[in-house]
Amino acid sequence: MARTAVSGRLAWRVARLAGFRDETPTARTLVFDVPGWPGHLAGQHVDVRLTAADGYRAQRSYSLSAPAEGDRVELTVQRVAGGEVSEHLTGPYAVGDPVEIRGPIGGWFAWRPTDPAPVLLVAGGSGIVPLMAMIRARRAAGVRTPFKLVYSLRTPAELYYADELRAPVAGVDVTYVYTRELPEGRPGLPKRIDVATLNTAGWPAEFGASCFVCGPTGFVETVADILVALGHDPHRIRTERFGPSRD
Amino acid sequence: MGVVTPGFQGRARSGNPRLPPGQYLEEGFPVLSAGPTPRVRTETWEFTVTTESGEKHTWNWAELMALPSEKPTVDIHCVTQWSKLDTRWRGVPVDTLVGGLGTEADYVMVHSYGGYTTNLPLADLLDGQAWIAYEYGGKPLTPEHGGPARLLVPHLYFWKSAKWVRGLELKIRDEPGFWENVGYHDYGDPWREQRYQGD
Repeated sequence: MARTAVSGRLAWRVARLAGFRDETPTARTLVFDVPGWPGHLAGQHVDVRLTAADGYRAQRSYSLSAPAEGDRVELTVQRVAGGEVSEHLTGPYAVGDPVEIRGPIGGWFAWRPTDPAPVLLVAGGSGIVPLMAMIRARRAAGVRTPFKLVYSLRTPAELYYADELRAPVAGVDVTYVYTRELPEGRPGLPKRIDVATLNTAGWPAEFGASCFVCGPTGFVETVADILVALGHDPHRIRTERFGPSRD
Repeated sequence: MGVVTPGFQGRARSGNPRLPPGQYLEEGFPVLSAGPTPRVRTETWEFTVTTESGEKHTWNWAELMALPSEKPTVDIHCVTQWSKLDTRWRGVPVDTLVGGLGTEADYVMVHSYGGYTTNLPLADLLDGQAWIAYEYGGKPLTPEHGGPARLLVPHLYFWKSAKWVRGLELKIRDEPGFWENVGYHDYGDPWREQRYQGD
């Protein structure tokens, strides 16, 4: 692995909110202008730092949700109850307000459009964010790498990027798994991702797919174990987890 | 002071002197790892120290258990900004495993089951600063937290405390490990906020 993903010092840059889109009642996509942004890979994340008037600082890591467009950078932030950073970013934080951002960070959980292997993305809840960046990077690069997305969420109301995911894209198969409440009219019962789900909706192990799994810790543990049990090479299973109170 | 974000208050200022800059207190124990959790059986577990001349010293699980252990209570600091205070561990001091070897190495590459590696100076593993830990909170260390045994180096960011540890490779020259190769710091001192290369 060449040391190319992050070169030189990672400087804090001033970022200003250029616009936002609410994905769900508790999740907001923030679009920033970050002058001098060096670009990033799909799957990478950034650190965001907020400073209060008295100098108090708080910083958190957030996944980038789309490829960069020049100096434009997008994140999606899930509001966490009591989360000092996420509650500000999904609430009073307004267009034109500054924060500081540095990155991109993490060259391991990253998809490169030059990689021809088929791709399996498995998202749990807000774990969809870096995986959506990969779907968008595929489109931006104009490649036909076959993608499958398995997206586990509690209820239909928690679906991020709903309009974009509902529009069919050739070569990107999307399977939804609802754990608490199904969409109206969908037969069956709520369930969790299991061996059968990934066996049916994923790639056969012999295809040598690149697997990216992102979600809460327990979800990622379960999915990664199933993929290993189905015969996927553990070195081709890349995971990103968020813990109980990471906001 | 940097750029003030209008209206940002933040939570109550803790002023806790045990929290390094940029860290917040965590009561749970989040997991950070790059891939599936390896299931390592103690029946086949081995731990090998390799010196710079290629000399190997290997312990199996029973041999590790037979060594004198310590029960450190330490604060840990993850690069993803959480810190956890007063965590209780049991393990064998690295001094016990490396102390008697003739070596001129200044650096160590730590190797794990599953292929993970991390680099750090040898001096940071000695003098009671690091353990091969196999109990957490009075119980055997679970696989998702690095069991059966992980390195514990609490004074550095916690990615240096490699899970599922299987060996130490003593080296004359420092070389980047897994996270270090993708931009994380070669040393990782939380009190100097050495998160990424160049910090």
